[in-house]
Amino acid sequence: MKPVGEKPIDRESWAQVGEYLRKTLDQDELTHCMRCGFCLPACPTYRETGLEQASPRGRLALMKAVADGMMEPDKAFADQMNLCLGCRACETACPAGVQYGRVLEQARAGIALREPSSRIVRGLRKLFFEHLFPYQHRLRTLGWWLALYQRWGVGWLVQRSGLMRLFPEHIREMEAVMPLASSKGVREQLGEIIRPEGTPKGRVGLFRGCIMDVLFTETNCNTARLLVKAGYEVVIPDKQRCCGALHAHAGEVETAKRLACDNIGAFREAKVDWIVSNAGGCGAMLVEYAHHFQGDVRMEEDARWFSERVRDISQLVADVIDDLPLKRLQRRVTYQDSCHLRNGMHVTQPRNILRRIPGITYVELFESDRCCGSAGIYNLTQPEMSKQILDEKMTHVKNTEADILVTSNPGCLLQMKWGIRRAGLEQRMHAVHLVDLLMEAVE
Amino acid sequence: MLSSEVKRELQAVVGPDDVRDDPESRLAYSYDATPMYQAMPDGVVFPESTEEVQAIMKIASRHRIPIVGRGSGSNLSAGTVPVGGGLVMVMTKMNRLIEIDQDNLTATFQPGLITKQLHEAVERIGLFYPPDPGSMHVSTLGGNIAECAGGLRGLKYGTTKDYVIGLEAVLPSGDILRTGGKLTKDVAGYDLTKLLVGSEGTLAIITEATVKLLPLPEDRRVMVAHFTDLYAAARTVSQIIAERIIPCTLEFLDQGTIRVIEDYAKIGLPADMAAILLIEQDGPTSVVERDIERIAEICRQAKAAHVQVAQSREEEVQLMSARRSALSALARLRPTTILEDATVPRAAIAPMVEQINRIKEKYGLQICTFGHAGDGNLHPTCMTDARDREEIERVEKAFEEIFDAAIRLGGTITGEHGVGLAKAPFLEWKVGKSGIEVMKGIKRAFDPDGLLNPGKMFSKETRRRVVIT
Ligand SMILES: Cc1cc2nc3c(=O)[nH]c(=O)nc-3n(C[C@H](O)[C@H](O)[C@H](O)COP(=O)(O)OP(=O)(O)OC[C@H]3O[C@@H](n4cnc5c(N)ncnc54)[C@H](O)[C@@H]3O)c2cc1C
Ligand code: SF4
Ligand code: SF4
Repeated sequence: MKPVGEKPIDRESWAQVGEYLRKTLDQDELTHCMRCGFCLPACPTYRETGLEQASPRGRLALMKAVADGMMEPDKAFADQMNLCLGCRACETACPAGVQYGRVLEQARAGIALREPSSRIVRGLRKLFFEHLFPYQHRLRTLGWWLALYQRWGVGWLVQRSGLMRLFPEHIREMEAVMPLASSKGVREQLGEIIRPEGTPKGRVGLFRGCIMDVLFTETNCNTARLLVKAGYEVVIPDKQRCCGALHAHAGEVETAKRLACDNIGAFREAKVDWIVSNAGGCGAMLVEYAHHFQGDVRMEEDARWFSERVRDISQLVADVIDDLPLKRLQRRVTYQDSCHLRNGMHVTQPRNILRRIPGITYVELFESDRCCGSAGIYNLTQPEMSKQILDEKMTHVKNTEADILVTSNPGCLLQMKWGIRRAGLEQRMHAVHLVDLLMEAVE
Repeated sequence: MLSSEVKRELQAVVGPDDVRDDPESRLAYSYDATPMYQAMPDGVVFPESTEEVQAIMKIASRHRIPIVGRGSGSNLSAGTVPVGGGLVMVMTKMNRLIEIDQDNLTATFQPGLITKQLHEAVERIGLFYPPDPGSMHVSTLGGNIAECAGGLRGLKYGTTKDYVIGLEAVLPSGDILRTGGKLTKDVAGYDLTKLLVGSEGTLAIITEATVKLLPLPEDRRVMVAHFTDLYAAARTVSQIIAERIIPCTLEFLDQGTIRVIEDYAKIGLPADMAAILLIEQDGPTSVVERDIERIAEICRQAKAAHVQVAQSREEEVQLMSARRSALSALARLRPTTILEDATVPRAAIAPMVEQINRIKEKYGLQICTFGHAGDGNLHPTCMTDARDREEIERVEKAFEEIFDAAIRLGGTITGEHGVGLAKAPFLEWKVGKSGIEVMKGIKRAFDPDGLLNPGKMFSKETRRRVVIT
């Protein structure tokens, strides 16, 4: 197979990037921003920096200036686009309905023509985007190694020998909260088709995700089990691949589309009623497939078929929560939204679900709708901003005095684990995925 | 870009991170919420204290560099667009709520505080700061004061100028001017506090303000009335006031606006109605109940097609959301949304709306009208596309004619958004030649070198009044 994600053009000059952006940026969307500033309070990077250029309105103005030829893109322009978390809180706040996320992706696609700035970022991106995420079997192999590393104490050896000190501090900190990787994914563990309990309600295709299936296999298995308990037949098509969200957000649109194509094919073949995801970041991308293939006569209809069927696990569960046998869980629980779930998929069900579990005291987290700073691989590429945002979040988390902090996305979950550790709250609370908590209540 | 000398001097005052003149920063402060206006400043500076503002002013004066004060840039008159270049002075880092004085019922704060944050802080302890511009969760109080912002509660509670009682401001010379204080009565000399409120950053930079507070109203109720006849709706507005009832909110939505909202939000608004009135009353429960009942009765007598008093908080939110989503819905329609701000005596609401409709037809434009009917403040809003030069010319002509119509009806060219750059050519229509001369004299007394927000309020030439044929 031809490797995906080859760079179309290398080492373009900024002027050429400008030319490319002038051709590709959506002028209508940029004009649509009426610069009212309503998005400012919603934006984490604006709040942290206080700078207009680090706000949605500012970034749109910068893009428009490039599109209008008022300004050439340069490194500072690229830095500003990269500093954006892509959390899309601004979209939810925008009265004019500006599709900020889409133009941001277009801008990043232009910037990606030129190599990104730092060597670390470049290396990481190449490794993850081109050589790992697209290939489930490679991820599996990696998972196998990771599992070995974690279980046999090599981690301990490496840390003791000082090898870890070669990595930046935040990577070392993250390492410490990484869950145990698994060499067997959900499909390897549960099979391709899992029959429902009771009268069947429909056939659900499980989108297993790439990282999700390596680092959070248990959550994937629990998702399948939960669906089965709720009366759904679960199918896990093997031909599915990474959703492509990280690629699209980083501007690697072509790779993202190729991955999307494969996924659409895999689930169409499986003849499912719904395609369910348990990762907000993936879900929001899957919903957008229809948009990515707009005007492409070959793919348009299939993509629409696909996007219309995408649901977050909480949406399917919310419909049947009363039919599930739930036992009491005497816990104090709070919830951190996943940005893409909230701002991309407009999913609001998790809170209601948590409130329905008997025994649970639900406490609302102040600014739970504000990004936690995880945002894809943002915490690796922009560690400073990410940490700043995270630490502020953790002071609010602490105030909830909860025992359990629930999220619905693997990136956010890791970030929350990291945050709990940074804030020294490990004795008092832990972070879990909504699905895992539900399964604890069901069993 | 700033000369290296000026930059060095500024850096010595505010530190290296708080002076910026790279292209991204300059571009990001080249616009505000006003469509179609943009100009690049030479630099941007972020003071953190009154002393820093003073020092910056002195540097700017010495080098004759224009200074444009800026809050959140949400104004709709291009008031912060740096047409003369120079420095944009961003006040958002001076955002401390200094004090809530519960004995004197006042609040004192720095100008960068966000309006809504003041609301929340005082309401938590049962107090009330009424001015509530639609932009309150983004606008700064400094911006509100400089524009004399109004809001939905303007009819009963007045606007920003009715609450500001004391100011600290820095003159271009760097001298500090203190006006008023925690006083309900003060007639020592000219009222400089009132003069600075609404001065649009042309006289001084406001660095601290004291406002008076009210007790938080005990209760409130919301209702809505639909009308098939525009005049009936307008007459009802006057009727309510004539009956000596002053609701806290009395909003008007015309048919165009209703249709657009309904198309977009599908919240069950009647597309066949000529107008809707949205009314809220607050105060002691018994008074609120009585007023809402009487208003409902007045609406019924005025042959309102439908009168609905909200029975629950949810229903209230649903009704008010119609008004709130007005701008959103309109903004989604076409790329450029130009929201204007013509105000007439409230008895002239109906003729004004008719005039707007006539002008809209004449120029073949899409203009919807909504606004604060209770205080005569209408927002004719044009949905257009800034890239279509020919259409924009028609839009400009139409708005000129709308302002002209407003003045003929005894109104004004702006009720709350300010003159800024956008309305400068029309100011003389409203205040006359002598008005302009007195105002320019005041400007000279504060700012002899014309460094503060140049180009705003006074334009080089006045538009000729349109002759309606
Ligand atoms: C969607 C929308 C709805 C709106 N609704 C309303 C409404 O209901 N009522 C209303 O009145 N307005 C409304 N506005 C207009 C605008 O929000 C107000 O004019 C607001 O007061 C501006 O505040 P700001 O902090 O954004 O000020 P800016 O826009 O930054 O500045 C406004 C003016 O104040 C000057 N200025 C700012 N800070 C200072 C200071 N510290 N010292 C001296 N001068 C200063 C600036 O030079 C400028 O001339 C609305 C705007 C939008 C976009
Ligand atoms: S809220 Fe929307 S229209 Fe307003 S400035 Fe932000 S992106 Fe632009
Ligand atoms: S996506 Fe998030 S970080 Fe980026 S501009 Fe919007 S609100 Fe700010």
